[in-house]
This record gives sequence, C-alpha cells and structure tokens, in this order.
Amino acid sequence: MPNLEHPAYPAAALLHLESLVPCRESQVSLLLSIFGERQHWSFPSIFIYGHTSSGKTYVMQTLLNTLQLPHVFVNCVEYFTSRLLLEEILIQLQSCSSETELTSHVPCDSFNDFVRLFKQAVVSGGLQDQTLYIVLDRAEQLREMEANILPAFLRLQELTDSNVTVVLLSEIVWELFRPNVGCMDPLTLYFPDYSIGHLQKILSQNHPPEYSADFYAAYINILLGVFYMVCRDLKELRHLAALNFSKYCEPVIRGEANERDTRKLWKNIEPHLKKAMQTVYLREISSSQWERLQHDDGEPGQLKGLSAHTHVELPYYSKFLLIAAYLASYNPVRTDKRFFLKHHGKIRKTNFMKKHEKTSNHLLGPKPFPLDRLLAILYSIVDNRVAPTANIFSQITSLVTLQLLSMVGQNDQLDGPRYKCTVSLDFIRAIAR
Amino acid sequence: MSKRRLKESCGVSAECISQVQQLLRERFCHHSSAPDKLFGLEQQYRYLLELLKRTTLQGESNSALLIGPRGSGKSTVLNRALKNLKETKQVKETLLEVHLNGKWSSIAQFHVWFQQFRLLQTNDKVALKEITRQLQLENVVGDKVFGSFAENLAFLLEALRKGDRSSSRPVLFVLDEFDLFVHHKNQTLLYNLLDVSQSAQTPVTVLGLTCRQDILELLEKRVKSRFSHRQIYLLNSFDFKQYMKIFKEKLSLPAEFPDESFAQKWNDNVQHLSEDKAVQDVLQNLFHHTKDLRSLHVLLMLAVSTVTVQQPLLTAAQLQEASRHHRNDSRANIVHGLSVLEICLIIAMKHLNEVYDGAPFNFQMVYNEFQKFIQRKAHSMYNFEKPVVMKAFEHLLQLELVKPLERPCARAQREYLLMRLLLDNKQIMDALQLYPNCPTDVKQWAASSLSWL
Repeated sequence: MPNLEHPAYPAAALLHLESLVPCRESQVSLLLSIFGERQHWSFPSIFIYGHTSSGKTYVMQTLLNTLQLPHVFVNCVEYFTSRLLLEEILIQLQSCSSETELTSHVPCDSFNDFVRLFKQAVVSGGLQDQTLYIVLDRAEQLREMEANILPAFLRLQELTDSNVTVVLLSEIVWELFRPNVGCMDPLTLYFPDYSIGHLQKILSQNHPPEYSADFYAAYINILLGVFYMVCRDLKELRHLAALNFSKYCEPVIRGEANERDTRKLWKNIEPHLKKAMQTVYLREISSSQWERLQHDDGEPGQLKGLSAHTHVELPYYSKFLLIAAYLASYNPVRTDKRFFLKHHGKIRKTNFMKKHEKTSNHLLGPKPFPLDRLLAILYSIVDNRVAPTANIFSQITSLVTLQLLSMVGQNDQLDGPRYKCTVSLDFIRAIAR
Repeated sequence: MSKRRLKESCGVSAECISQVQQLLRERFCHHSSAPDKLFGLEQQYRYLLELLKRTTLQGESNSALLIGPRGSGKSTVLNRALKNLKETKQVKETLLEVHLNGKWSSIAQFHVWFQQFRLLQTNDKVALKEITRQLQLENVVGDKVFGSFAENLAFLLEALRKGDRSSSRPVLFVLDEFDLFVHHKNQTLLYNLLDVSQSAQTPVTVLGLTCRQDILELLEKRVKSRFSHRQIYLLNSFDFKQYMKIFKEKLSLPAEFPDESFAQKWNDNVQHLSEDKAVQDVLQNLFHHTKDLRSLHVLLMLAVSTVTVQQPLLTAAQLQEASRHHRNDSRANIVHGLSVLEICLIIAMKHLNEVYDGAPFNFQMVYNEFQKFIQRKAHSMYNFEKPVVMKAFEHLLQLELVKPLERPCARAQREYLLMRLLLDNKQIMDALQLYPNCPTDVKQWAASSLSWL
C-alpha cells in the first residue's frame, strides 16, 4: 500500500489521515491527487458511488476536515427541497468563511439567486484563491427535485466562474442519474466493497481492553463466518458484533473455557449467532430486548418477535369473511362449484388441475373477485344460516380499512365492487384453526 | 529509484511541478479560460465573429443558432469570439463610454449578456428579472422589478423600442440551453426577443446554443417565422490523426512557461508519448467511444494530477491507469460488492427472464426459483429463512438493480409486486467471473438455466 504523500499538505496530517481511514489508502491518495493544491483548479464535479457503508461519507468528511479544506457538507435527505438545500449551502458557506461572525439566514428561491448569492459569499469570505468543496451526500435525492437542479450543480464551476468542486455521494450508479437531455458528465469514482480481510481488519481494530486482540479477532472471524454470506454491510456487522460479544465471553467468565479454547467457544456461540440472524438481523427483536435476554440467560427466540404479533383478534363473522376472501382470491372461479356446492355433479377427470399447479396463484399473487362471489362462498362455508344484514357489509368495509382486504379499481363503491385479499397464508391458517 | 530518475528529480523543483499542474488544470477544468487554439472550428469561428462584428459595428439585428453535441465547443467558440471582439478598438471605445455615462436611457452600451438560460432561469419571470438586472436597469426600475410579469415585459420592450438603429448600442442575448427555453409557456420571451430582432428597434442579436438537432421543430410557428434560420453546426469532424494532434497540443506547455528547460523537456516527452503504441491504443479506445474533447480533458486531467516531483514527466502507464479509472462498468462494480445470497437472487431472476422470455416477475417467483436450487443442488449453502431472503431482495431494490413496474403503494403485498431486472445476461456472467470466492455450485447454476426445470 502506498503511503500518502502530497507536497501541499504537512506530512503529519497525512499520516494522521492514513491512520483514520483503514483499507481506503488508494482511494484517498487518488482523491488527494485529484484535489491537488489549494489554489489549483479541480474537476467541476466528482461522482462517488459504492455500496452502503463503504466509507464514502466517512472518507470524504475526514479528508476535508483533516486537511482543513473549505467545504460544505449537506445531506440531501435532510434538505429535501431545492430551496432548503440551497439555503443550507449558503448558510454553511458563511460559517466556513468567517468563524466568528454570526450567520444570517439568506432567502434563496431559485438557482438563479443561488448563483448570485454564492458568488457574493465566495468573494466576501475570501475563498477565491482556494478550491471550495460542496459535498452532497445521498445525491439520489437530487433526482426528485426540479429537473434543473442536478445539471446546474454539475456545472456550478462554469456558472459561478469560481473555483468550486461539487462532490456527489450515492449508492446508485451514474447511468441512472443522467437526465434525458444530457448534462456535463462528472468524473465517476468507485469505492469498492470491503473484502472479507478488510472487514476483519476494520472490525477487530478497536477491541475491548479487558480481552486480548487475538481473542477478539477470533470472535470476529466466527461472526463473519456466519453472516458474510448474507450481509456485507459494515455497520450491520459492527452492530451484531457489539451485541453478541458478551455471550461469547460467558464461558471464559464462568471458567469453563479459557481464551485459547477456540473450538469450545465456537460451539457455544454458533447456534446463538444463527438465532441472531433470524431475530436481531431482521429487527424482529430489538437490540435492547436481545441484550436483556442475554443478561437474564433466557433462551433466545422464546420472545415473540414483531411478526408474531401480526395475529389479530377478529369477530366471528369477520374471520369467516376473511377466509372466504382468501379462498376467492387464490382459487380459480371454475373450481368453485366443485369445492363449495354439495351436489356438484360429476367430477370430470381432466388434467386441468395440473395446469393450474404450474401457475399457482400463490406465485402470482391474489386475483380480484366480485362481492357476490365472496358472499356466495361465505354462505357455503358457514354452517348455520347467515342473514345478509348491514353488519356483514360493514364488516367487509372495516376489513378494507384494516388493510386485510383491498379494493381494486375504485370506480364504484356500491355497484359490484371488486376486492383482493392481502394477507398471507400463515395468517389465514392461524385464523382457520 | 533508478539513477536516471534521481537525476531528473533533482533538476525539477516542487514549484515547477506545481506550476505545470496549475496551468494544465486550468486548461482542462476552467471552462471560461479561453483556449489558445480552436480545433477544426476555425470556419464556424470566423462566421460567428463576422456576425457579431456586423451587430456591434453596423447595428444589424441578427439571430442564429449554434448546434452541436455536448462538449463540441459551442461555448468555447463563442467565448473566443467575444474576447476577440472586445479587443478590437471600436468596441473597446464603446465599452469605455459605458463606464463614463452609465445612463441606460438609450442603452448606450454594448452589453454582452451571457447567461446559462433555463438551467438557472426556469421560467420567463425569473429570466426577465435577470435581464433587467444584467442590463443594470434596476436603479431605473426600482420596485417595478417586483411587479407583474406583464408589466415587466412591457417595460423592457418599451426600453428596447425607444432605441433605434443609429443611436443606440446593440444588445447581445446569448441563450444557453436554448432547447429548454422552448418549453416556457407560449414561448413568450423567445417571441419577444426575436420580434425585436426583426423590427427596426434597438439592434439585438439573439444567439442560441443547443445540442438538439430538431430544435426548429420545437419552435412555435410565429416564433419560427421570426427566426432567421441561420444555423451554425459544430460537429466533431476530425479524424484520429487530428485527434492525436489535439492531444499533443492540449498537453504541451506554452512558450511563456517560466522554466524553459523543463518546458522543453516536458514537450519532448509529450511528443515521445504521442508516438508510443500504448498511448495510441488508449486514445484510440477513447476516440472510438466518443469524439468529444471533454472526455479527453477528463482523461488528461486524471493523468496530469498524478504527476509528482518524484515522477515529473508523464508516462504511458499513467495514461493507461487514468483510462482504466475513466472507463469501467459501474453496474459490474456494484454486482461485485453484493453478498452471495444477493448474487443467488440475481441468478434466479436471470433464469426467470430466460424461461419466461423477459416477463416481469415478483419476489415469490424468485424465492421459488431459489428454493429449487437450494433443495436440489446447493451443498455450500444452508437454507435461509424467507425474511432474510426478503431483506436481500430489498437491498437489490434499494440499489436499483431491480425496478418495480409500478410505484409500490401501501396496500399491495411486497412479495407480489411485479419487477424487472436492470442487468443483462452478459453483465451478470462477466460479474460472476470476477466475483471473489464464488461457490462453485452457484457458478454452475448460473451457467445452466434449463437443466433446473
């Protein structure tokens, strides 16, 4: 790995920077060489993409902060309209040019005003002779704003005629950003994903002080062995590592194993981690619940997760209505007679059932059905006589508001409305029991 | 470090490199810094200059369109022409007059008005305000600027009408991104500007810059009839030999570079580079990809930014490295970073696409396909639960590798939303080849789709 070096910046700062960004040396050195010296011109816009938590924001922020380059850092999710975004940039610009003065709010309606005010701010802040960086995090939000915002940011250097570089950070590739009339293409840079070695190095960097580094590294190794297939997100892995470490240490504390007994420790932790994938990883059980569970020595998984709570207590007829709706949604019309009528006549021995197996509705999703069919099925599955009272009909609409059913094609409320059943098979099974 | 290079590095100071970078970076990135030379655009340049001269000196009203693809040098030609124009004596004198009597009443100024229209002026009202501001009419107009659009327009037209051909100085309107201007309501501003240029009022020249070839079809009939149909096409009409010449020209240091011996050395090196086979390959690649000079700038800029004191002269390897950065498949990069489970889902989608001939699919189908794989062949994988697979699927959705056909609404179930895959077969297979530690059975599964049915 090349050591970072650049004539324009002090070696100590670069050394410090290098220690802050593990496994990102080549990206940082490339960025450094692109940025050049302070008074140099740089690219009008740089587009950096990479996976979730591949260090895009972190590297950019530490780089700009450590070298003390004048910069504006804005998250586009936070400032979700163009007006908010532009005003925030202007406010940050004021504060980065003059530390002491109080910043004042500048109203800025359009990009036209922005360019004018931007030029003023640069001149008054004394920033003309160095490159100013505007970093827009989560830049995919820019596509949601007015059509002129993204192209205008890409040529901000040309529009304002000042030394400014716009850096866009996103998870999505540049091809999906390009507007159809075209624009000035930015320089695209890729932050590659961390390999398993990198992840291991980063995760085992700050190990708990009461244990040795090797002990913690072995733990990280096991954790990656379980989760690496499914998840490469550094944040998620770090969170999981923090949650499950106390469980890993238990045998050592109890004295059943020492730090060298890797196999024993592995046997202890592995089922626990697999359980964690089904619960904590999916946020079925919250992290605090999980920790409490470990603390009380409870069996993991005995707690009901979030999805187990989906079972709703419904009135008698509502249950039948829902079952009838499910039957109507997932069965073809022509089998109705066979299934629900008592005297359905001859069973034709055709192969039509086989045909239907292939394109089963459980693959394609629910089909809409008319109200009449729902009621007909309801009458046939309820043993005693059901009067079509107002209550029955109001229960249907209340099922719609509970989002257990959904109305399709909202053109007619009274005359022949069509519904769809939007609950899963497990849910219906639970009701039917 | 070899002895030769050591000797070189001793001869070159850090300031020298810094100056080289400063100079070349400004050339490649700073657009308004007028270049010394136009490549293959001399004819258009002369034509445009003639046109502008006629406007400024003789008071003719004109309108013209500069049409060319992105990065073909429309703004460059215009900038160059304006710069040249301002250097001529007569124009300079009128410019001087402006500073003496900044009175507006007879538009006693030659006003260059260069704005990125539409990108900034998203509607006519904003544009009109900007016109008033740039013509420095604010002091006259006062609060009127904030009046209604109609008032503002009437005021401006009145001002333009007051002048006549002999006494008042011409105004030049440059409408960048002209095509976006066409979408304004009723094309009011365009109509009025072109109308003024057609009638005997203040001499006005309207110059439109656009990259759309069909721009005239977008104009309304009345607007079109007032336009003079003078079109200047800027096409990148040079062959590879000229491209190489441009490459040399762009990279060379000028004669006024302070350290002459280094400039000489640098230019010799550039000459040497242009004859290098590897460099020619790199440039040929780029040339076949696009002829626009902006991408050449990006490539050169990337290469130049790696020049350091230790390595003061550009090498072919640096150019190759820059080209590698410049052109890599972004989607393949993204696929490279996916987890094994996500890769499996993508392969399942690929198979669905092949079997059902590109019909849209939903999560349930993908999961079914994946289950078939797990049950029959996979030894390296244990069975993942459905919610875990769902989470992986949603990650793909978030990366926009998979796109829903319609916007997901709250009512519909997530597993039955119809989707489409935004990757093609070859991309998937190429990415799989490069994928680190890909399980063998997954690879085999990807290669054979039909044997799984």
